[in-house]
Amino acid sequence: MLEIKNLHANINGKEILKGINLLVKPGEVHAIMGPNGSGKSTLASVLTGNPAFEVTEGEVSFYGKNLLELLPEERACEGVFLSFQYPVEIPGVSMVNFMRTAVNQQRKYRGLEPMSASDFLKLMREKKEYVELDNKLANRSVNEGFSGGEKKRNEIFQMAMLEPRLSILDETDSGLDIDALRIVANGVNALKSAENSTLVITHYQRLLDYIVPDFVHVLYNGQIVKSAGKELALELEEKGYDWIKKEVGE
Amino acid sequence: MADEKDKIINEVTQGEYKYGFTSDIPTDYIPKGLNEDIIRLISSKKNEPEWLLEIRLKAFRHWLTLEMPHWAHLNIPEIDYQSIYYYASPTKKEGPKSLDEVDPELVKTFDKLGIPLHEQKMLSGMAVDAVLDSVSVKTTFKEQLAELGIIFCSFSDAVKDYPELVQKYMGSVVNYTDNFFAALNSAVFSDGSFVYIPKGVRCPMELSTYFRINAINTGQFERTLIIADEDSYVSYLEGCTAPMRDENQLHAAIVEILLHERAEVKYSTVQNWYPGNKEGKGGIYNFVTKRALCKGDYSKISWTQVETGSAITWKYPSCILRGNNSIGEFYSVAVTNNYQQADTGTKMYHIGKNTSSHIVSKGISAGHSQNSYRGLVKVVGKAENARNFSQCDSLLLGDKCGAHTFPYIDVHNQTAIVEHEATTSKISEDQVFYCNQRGIATEDAIGLIVNGYAKEVLNKLPMEFAVEAQKLLQITLEGSVG
Repeated sequence: MLEIKNLHANINGKEILKGINLLVKPGEVHAIMGPNGSGKSTLASVLTGNPAFEVTEGEVSFYGKNLLELLPEERACEGVFLSFQYPVEIPGVSMVNFMRTAVNQQRKYRGLEPMSASDFLKLMREKKEYVELDNKLANRSVNEGFSGGEKKRNEIFQMAMLEPRLSILDETDSGLDIDALRIVANGVNALKSAENSTLVITHYQRLLDYIVPDFVHVLYNGQIVKSAGKELALELEEKGYDWIKKEVGE
Repeated sequence: MADEKDKIINEVTQGEYKYGFTSDIPTDYIPKGLNEDIIRLISSKKNEPEWLLEIRLKAFRHWLTLEMPHWAHLNIPEIDYQSIYYYASPTKKEGPKSLDEVDPELVKTFDKLGIPLHEQKMLSGMAVDAVLDSVSVKTTFKEQLAELGIIFCSFSDAVKDYPELVQKYMGSVVNYTDNFFAALNSAVFSDGSFVYIPKGVRCPMELSTYFRINAINTGQFERTLIIADEDSYVSYLEGCTAPMRDENQLHAAIVEILLHERAEVKYSTVQNWYPGNKEGKGGIYNFVTKRALCKGDYSKISWTQVETGSAITWKYPSCILRGNNSIGEFYSVAVTNNYQQADTGTKMYHIGKNTSSHIVSKGISAGHSQNSYRGLVKVVGKAENARNFSQCDSLLLGDKCGAHTFPYIDVHNQTAIVEHEATTSKISEDQVFYCNQRGIATEDAIGLIVNGYAKEVLNKLPMEFAVEAQKLLQITLEGSVG
């Protein structure tokens, strides 16, 4: 389980997160909403160890481990997964080679033998069904020439392959048409269990029609200013964020 | 963060050179320095015919009139040509009749390099000519190849056994007047490989020459001559390593390939001469002239090179497309790290009708290195319908290295279509972080990204070489990016 206490973080000396507190238990889905520039994506970056950000204060523990002390790849191996808002392209590196390296490095971290090529390909075939990706995927370069929708589906495919304990979906709905959105959301839902938890970062309520959160938090100016059940998302959709800004006295 | 990144860059690029050992092999030197007496001595050591000595002397006299070329984007320290040993060979009385007669220390050297000279232990499908310092020490599978009429032997043996072929073709593609280093090589060359593929024969195995410099203060000047007769095919591999030494050593080779009608030759190189240490001390100066003449119609030459070694590389494997419908290809990955310098590329001369050429060059620079692509595409007036496509990409690791592209295009026929594309990129932190986020450590992430970048070229290599080359890329860049 994830516990964030008083988390502060900077980029280029500018403070973006100003004291985040959050508790996410196994099996729970939390939505983080908020206006542009409130720090939503920064939170995702900081949790996964993006070196562009500097943590200045606070604690993050993940199943008892101090997450902030771990390298990005160690956090991944501990089961923290980020579905990127803008997945990068890696020309010439096939998905199969990329995923095989990732899966085997994670297995190594857990003291497991590398997976055989045939087992691995079988696993890939199985997992791509979650997001209806086609068979050519394996030989295509990582995200190269993928459409916006394919990139997002590819993120969820990787999530299916790596079976994380915590999935952070950063604006996974952005740039998706309604069909792609449904495919992605179905994939996420199918992967949900009582053991893993999900942090959904989004602007819009739309995604939350498909991935129903247990809690909705509003992030504003680097702090969580309001938390409630899923009905809060609907309220935000209806009224926008201005009333929240007023509530916090601006 | 910047410090951390530099540290990782350093770690990734500071891989150790694995082949830096020296072997204790009794060596026969001739005196240092270069003059006509030395050349006569080399020639007599090798019991050469008079005509060959004449070529050497002509080349030497011509060389004396030349100056070292300085047009490359290289900073080459003054070379004292009188302080070099031009001939060194493992001491032996007669050429070994069988492997049992080869110095066991020498066999051990090649075993250590992963080049077994025992035929029964060889990878099936590869014949090897092993050249140590100035002489060829062993050629494997000679007899099996001879049954097909294929000649694969050391250059010295070819001079003795096939003088008419050597006399006819030597210098026909790279004449001694060609350039400074070609003249030097023609004067002092000591050995190398000779290949003749007869008409209509497809060589059933990869032919391979493995070059090793062992002796101290010694230059290596080998030449390779490949003749592919009509309708023949051969795939040829070349590998090279040298011990770690503080002083620079000179390597000036010539490779000549002649292709008759419908012949096809694939020439692959994995160049891994000692690159010098992290401060740029020592390392091989690699000044090589490689050229193929597509004399016959519909002939095809394909050069593939993976250049990771040498302190300085000066090398432009070229294609003269004289035959109508002939094809020239050049696929290159050149990696420089620390203080290495490379100025490499190709020349495509379109002379026949309907000729085409394809250039793919991938430069990777790290550390304080300088890496240049230099290429010429020339289409002469009578070359109707020439076609060229060039792609030159540069990848920078870190911010202290340089990548340069010097494409020359010289077209004298209106029907030609010549295209050139070039890109320069850096491994982005986003790419590395993306890999990290999936559980892949930074070093492996860089290995993946670099191999992905070079994939188009690596795919052209024969299987065993491709795996080796991939590992080599990663080792060469060990300690270099973040």
